[in-house]
Amino acid sequence: MEGFAHQLVAGIATGGIYASVALALVMIYQATHHVNFAQGEMATFSTYLAWAAVQAGAPWWVALLGTALASFAIGVAIERVLMRPMRDAPVLAVVGVFIGLMLFFNSITGWIFGYTVKPFPSPFETSAPLLGGLVSGHELGSTAVTLAVLALVWAFFRHTSLGLAMRAAAFNPVSARLVGIRVGWMLALGWGLAAAIGAVAGVMVAPVVFLEPNMMLGVLLYAFAGALLGGIDNPAGAVAGGFLVGVIENLAGVYLVGTELKLTLALVIIVGVLLLRPSGLFGRPVVSRV
Amino acid sequence: MRGRPPVSAAQDRPAVAAAEPQAPAVVPRRRSRGISLALFLLGAAVLVAPAFLLSSFRLFQLTLAAGYAVAILGLNLVTGYNGQISLGHGAFYAVGAYATAILMAHFDWPFWATLPVAAVVSGTLGYAIGFPALRLGGLYLALTTFSLALAVPQLLKHKAVEEWTGGVQGLFIVKPDPPSFLPIEADQWLYLTTLAIAALLFLLARNLVRGRIGRAMMAVRDHPVAAEAVGMDLAAVKTRTFAASAVLTGLAGSLGAVAVEFVAPDSFTLMLSITLFVGMVVGGVASIGGAVFGGLFIVFVPNLAESISKAAPGAIYGVLLILLLFVLPGGAAGLWRRALERRWRRDGGG
Repeated sequence: MEGFAHQLVAGIATGGIYASVALALVMIYQATHHVNFAQGEMATFSTYLAWAAVQAGAPWWVALLGTALASFAIGVAIERVLMRPMRDAPVLAVVGVFIGLMLFFNSITGWIFGYTVKPFPSPFETSAPLLGGLVSGHELGSTAVTLAVLALVWAFFRHTSLGLAMRAAAFNPVSARLVGIRVGWMLALGWGLAAAIGAVAGVMVAPVVFLEPNMMLGVLLYAFAGALLGGIDNPAGAVAGGFLVGVIENLAGVYLVGTELKLTLALVIIVGVLLLRPSGLFGRPVVSRV
Repeated sequence: MRGRPPVSAAQDRPAVAAAEPQAPAVVPRRRSRGISLALFLLGAAVLVAPAFLLSSFRLFQLTLAAGYAVAILGLNLVTGYNGQISLGHGAFYAVGAYATAILMAHFDWPFWATLPVAAVVSGTLGYAIGFPALRLGGLYLALTTFSLALAVPQLLKHKAVEEWTGGVQGLFIVKPDPPSFLPIEADQWLYLTTLAIAALLFLLARNLVRGRIGRAMMAVRDHPVAAEAVGMDLAAVKTRTFAASAVLTGLAGSLGAVAVEFVAPDSFTLMLSITLFVGMVVGGVASIGGAVFGGLFIVFVPNLAESISKAAPGAIYGVLLILLLFVLPGGAAGLWRRALERRWRRDGGG
């Protein structure tokens, strides 16, 4: 029973990371109806930036904050330079650009930092067992950080006028423009926010999976599964889906399929959702007007 | 809720035009039958000649490129002509490769006999994946195939199938011997066989695309609402196209496996699927001939690039993909088409 409880807690900790990436995906999806396949690789690159900062002697929290800001800038720049001209392009071209970005970030990460697997320091490591050994220091710390990020994002969208403007721009760009919201910049801000959230998730997962250029591929896949499970047009649902997928992954990994088939589990979840409940647990059914 | 009305894909327009009957206008004079025959023989000679001129390593690369060309052709069928984005065609390539390798290694089947099995197995998998994903919008197929591509190496390594797949070690097979009456080497024979099979599949795909089914595929891509209004079953067209495309890519996997004489899970990662996608865009989306260029590209360019750095192929792919989509969305085929049109205009306009 204690093993089960431990797996549950560990599942919530990784679920928080999936939830963050799922939220980043959904934010861009809501505004553009595209899923950013490069989200994971962008986060990996950001994590390496944080690693480099820590190696250079920066305090951990400063590195995290600096990386989030840098990633925000990178995200805004990508939207302005690459995605904006693709506004009216066919879906295939947009997906092609995402794949191009993914390849680009993956290879420059390898090029600059090398392909050897690196350990990543965690500031939450404690030697004393917490809650009777139920949870590790890093699990507790990273869950706290992801929850704080999610709460911040929620508060930003719910309680600030900029957040309201961004929601309006995503929900109804034409009317938003008519009331004076600069829709293009709201999109760029969304990209920046998504990149920053991804960066924090990357830094949180790096001590667990270790640092290497492909480390976010699995995370991205689970985030897809989480977003679909929760409903890809519903940010809160996607977050819930991310946590759920984290728990399912950990429990199934121990009791059902073993660790070798963890990625296949994501495929099973995705196909299962598409077969049984395509709009996800909390999403609205897709209705198209003819 | 659809984000915006289906924008007729700018890069697809020339391709659609080329598939329509007025396309021959590009080449204004009707060629006489004699010239056609001469051109055909010349083309065949150009394709066959490498078998007797090149070193066995170059020939191996060409054989591999022919296989990849078929794989890209398969991807092009569903993504180019039907507008459904697949990021996991490497999975079907893997299934075809393993079907051939397992039958040859464990059951001593001859190579040619494994091809129908590879086609059936990959087609079935294609149908099974396409069925849930294609009832919904295009995005879902991209997500599902992406996760399929990530899952395949794990599945091939799994204990339950290790006895058949050879696990991480993979399987070794031997390329077929040439018939005794032909005075050629095994790699020359394999090149010629691969070429013949690839040519046949290209011909089939071309006829499929130019016929009624091809029109249905493009109608579903360009205007799903209208296609549905005239009574097409969108999901059925898309799922069948996806299955047909999986068959082509699975056969390509068989050709690739016997060329390399070895299959292992780590040759069929997500990177393979992405490479096929890059090859399709570079060659030309919705272009039959572009697939040949794409196949050559993904064999020879990484080879050159790897001499610079391990990261170079990925970086080149990434940058090239983005650049192409911005400045030349039609790929190599688009460039070729544009050149032909310009020549025609100059000739015709005086």
